[in-house]
Amino acid sequence: MADDLPKADDLLNKIDHNNSPPTSWMDTPVNIRKGMYCYASSPKSVKYLGLPNARPWNPLDDDWKLPDNWKEIVFEGLKERLDKFRSFKVFMDICVRCGACADKCHFFIGTGDPKNMPVLRAELLRSVYRNDFTKAGNLLGKIAGARPMTLDVLKEWWYYFFQCTECRRCSVFCPYGIDTAEITIMAREILNLLGLNIDWIATPVANCYRTGNHLGIQPHAFKDMLDFFVEDIEEITGVNCEPQYNKKGADILFITPSGDVFADPGTYTAMGYLLLFQYLKEKYGFDVTWSTYGSEGGNFGFFTSHETMKRLNSKMYAEAKRLGVKWILGGECGHMWRVINQYMDTMNGPADFLEEPVSPITGTRFENAKSTKMVHIAEFTADLIKHNKLELDPVRNDNVIATFHDSCNPARGMGMLDEPRFVLQNVCNNFHEMPPGTIREQTFCCGSGSGLNAGENMELRMAGGLPRANAVKYVHEKYGVNMLTCVCAIDRAVFPPLMEYWVPEVDVSGLHELVGNALIMQGEKKRTTDLRFEPLPGMEDEIDE
Amino acid sequence: MNVNYMLSFIIVLALCLLSYLGGEAPGLRYLFGIAIPYLAIVIFIFGFISRVMGWARSAVPFRIPTTCGQQKSLPWIKPNRIDNPFSKSAVILRMILEIVCFRSLFRNTRMAFKNTKTGMRIAYDWEIFLWVAALAFHYTFLVVLLRHLRFFFDPVPFCIQILEFFDGFLKIEFLSNVIQVGLPGIYISGVILLAAVTFLFLRRIFSPKVRYISLPADFFPLFLIMGIAITGIMMRYFTKVDIVGIKEFTMGLVSFSPALPEGVGGLFYVHIFLVSVLLAYFPSSKLMHLGGIFLSPTRNMTADTRATRHVNPWNHPVKVHTYEQYEDEFREKMIEAGLPVEKKE
Repeated sequence: MADDLPKADDLLNKIDHNNSPPTSWMDTPVNIRKGMYCYASSPKSVKYLGLPNARPWNPLDDDWKLPDNWKEIVFEGLKERLDKFRSFKVFMDICVRCGACADKCHFFIGTGDPKNMPVLRAELLRSVYRNDFTKAGNLLGKIAGARPMTLDVLKEWWYYFFQCTECRRCSVFCPYGIDTAEITIMAREILNLLGLNIDWIATPVANCYRTGNHLGIQPHAFKDMLDFFVEDIEEITGVNCEPQYNKKGADILFITPSGDVFADPGTYTAMGYLLLFQYLKEKYGFDVTWSTYGSEGGNFGFFTSHETMKRLNSKMYAEAKRLGVKWILGGECGHMWRVINQYMDTMNGPADFLEEPVSPITGTRFENAKSTKMVHIAEFTADLIKHNKLELDPVRNDNVIATFHDSCNPARGMGMLDEPRFVLQNVCNNFHEMPPGTIREQTFCCGSGSGLNAGENMELRMAGGLPRANAVKYVHEKYGVNMLTCVCAIDRAVFPPLMEYWVPEVDVSGLHELVGNALIMQGEKKRTTDLRFEPLPGMEDEIDE
Repeated sequence: MNVNYMLSFIIVLALCLLSYLGGEAPGLRYLFGIAIPYLAIVIFIFGFISRVMGWARSAVPFRIPTTCGQQKSLPWIKPNRIDNPFSKSAVILRMILEIVCFRSLFRNTRMAFKNTKTGMRIAYDWEIFLWVAALAFHYTFLVVLLRHLRFFFDPVPFCIQILEFFDGFLKIEFLSNVIQVGLPGIYISGVILLAAVTFLFLRRIFSPKVRYISLPADFFPLFLIMGIAITGIMMRYFTKVDIVGIKEFTMGLVSFSPALPEGVGGLFYVHIFLVSVLLAYFPSSKLMHLGGIFLSPTRNMTADTRATRHVNPWNHPVKVHTYEQYEDEFREKMIEAGLPVEKKE
């Protein structure tokens, strides 16, 4: 973790939600502070994607090396989007500033910075909209809440629209459903027109475009990594998994975020998938293939622009079509599922070359996915368990006292709340919910979503993750919860440092890691450890032997 | 001292003075009593329509409802039909609850840092006051508005009479030498309206967060409505304005044969002028949330995008990186790793 990160208590004590600056927000210039922002996009990545204004730049410099006509680009960018997105236009016009959203944002709760109140974040953009697109704003200026576009305003946009994780929690409480995610998406699109992305988004997007995944793992290396898990699984269970790659004519294509093949604890979730697929293959002849071309479920293009999202997402259907599969199964990932559930079919469909998804094992028709033809693995596994198709030994997870974190996008962009809970409670005997108001549709973001999971903005991440961590701390103290289970790869990447910072005794797992532990494989040897090579309950002595 | 609300307050005060003088000066009565109200109505109607049409012209490229409950997926999992609406009828129900009951605002919570034995705990408690005040404000405003229809119909429709009866049910009649409250019976709606507006105003002043986000445009309509309510109450209970004369006047307005009322005094002119300002101001202000709520894509769309395809009217083609390009770059490595390829060189 960064050396200059303040201590947890210091960070907590300096939060003051009622101490706004003496000057009005329009007269309070932005202060781009270390630890709170992400590094600028690398020109190489911007260029690879063919996006505008690729050049090295530094947010701390006065000169951001903008094109001469940048104000015109912003104006035209706004104008185009007001026509193309009713959401944007309506949300620019109807906010009454009632303040219901103010204390709903994890970044406001964790920083106390008034510009992190969703309403004010949106006003940063609305003020310019009023100036440029409404008569009242144009005539009355500041009195009508309008201000002209300036370099300072642009910098303020950049700073605060990369301090929003597009989690949509504010939108749940807004009486008009104003969704700050939608406003942040538009603002980031416009910033991208000027080449003002952050590198933690731009480079994964370029990687994904080229290699099929955010991490830039090339095909042979992707296979190597899964092979490595296969070896570990054999050592733990004695079972040899045989994942298939790029297999033409397979029944089902499986796509999951690449984070899970890359870093702990996501890797254990990937091992869980491998075990589940092997189990189903041996018992029911399940025929599933991984793809190296479509080796990314996540979509950082979504954090760049609608267009970039579409460019990356196109690989899913393209690969499904090339391989001739029946339908697509998707792994555990947050924003990936917002994209699949609310955008994919519209952008890159119709997927008329696929079949309506039917579980080959239970015969269940996934009618909720009959057009998009992509099923979430938690839906798939919940259906298997409900039909008693899996032999499970939840006792193997008895060292785990779990709570479940609803990831923002599956919760508020999909509503997948009970499927993962059903799976979790069938593979794990100890489960406790976090308090109401912090789960399900009111869940709190990890604080690092929407491409903000970089290393250089650790203070921002720890502050934004505070509400989530605080609720975990509560169940940790009350019930001894020691495992934060989630269905999101970004969660799995960012919760370990967040927990270490706020609640060090709690570990992080994916849902299918626990499935993998509990699943009784055919012909398995006596298991003594879980997928992390940690002893199973009651097996502590056997490992030493 | 807050420049935002002072500015709005001074403007509204100036508007009151202006119209009071207008009402007192015979030469200006025609302007304030007839011309401006007509103009305001025209601006309101055309402004409102053009604003809604403006929104409707913008495309709805994606189906992006905010899902606030369990999705419909497996048959044995109970979906939340209202907050995650799978059908059009469910969306209609969601919208009705949103518009009629302010369902989302009803969820409102208040976040607070609480010190406990084991350290700081962030608590989220149900916060209902904003919802109560908002509901009270909007509904009493509606009742007041409907009650005023008695001035525009002759005879007064029965339903308006019923409304008046219940609104005036609370007849606290007491007499004093100076004022005679309760004669006519007090309309509870007017009292609650004024109280709710006052609450919403005080909230903007005393809650530091809300004060910081408030613009002059947030105070202006509050003061306007306060002014309208106060002048209305004054005329009804204190100055006892000539109702018959006013009805003749309003009937003249609706029948397009306007004639100025006799002896109604400046207060009446203030009242209708503030109403006119409110009407004219409405379409270009945040008050358009009245129309906007119906068009909010996070609330008025079905959450069934995976089951029924949504079509984007401007679905532009984009540049993609094809499998062929990918294989061309990595073919050798793929062959070496034993991965299947399309073209073996």
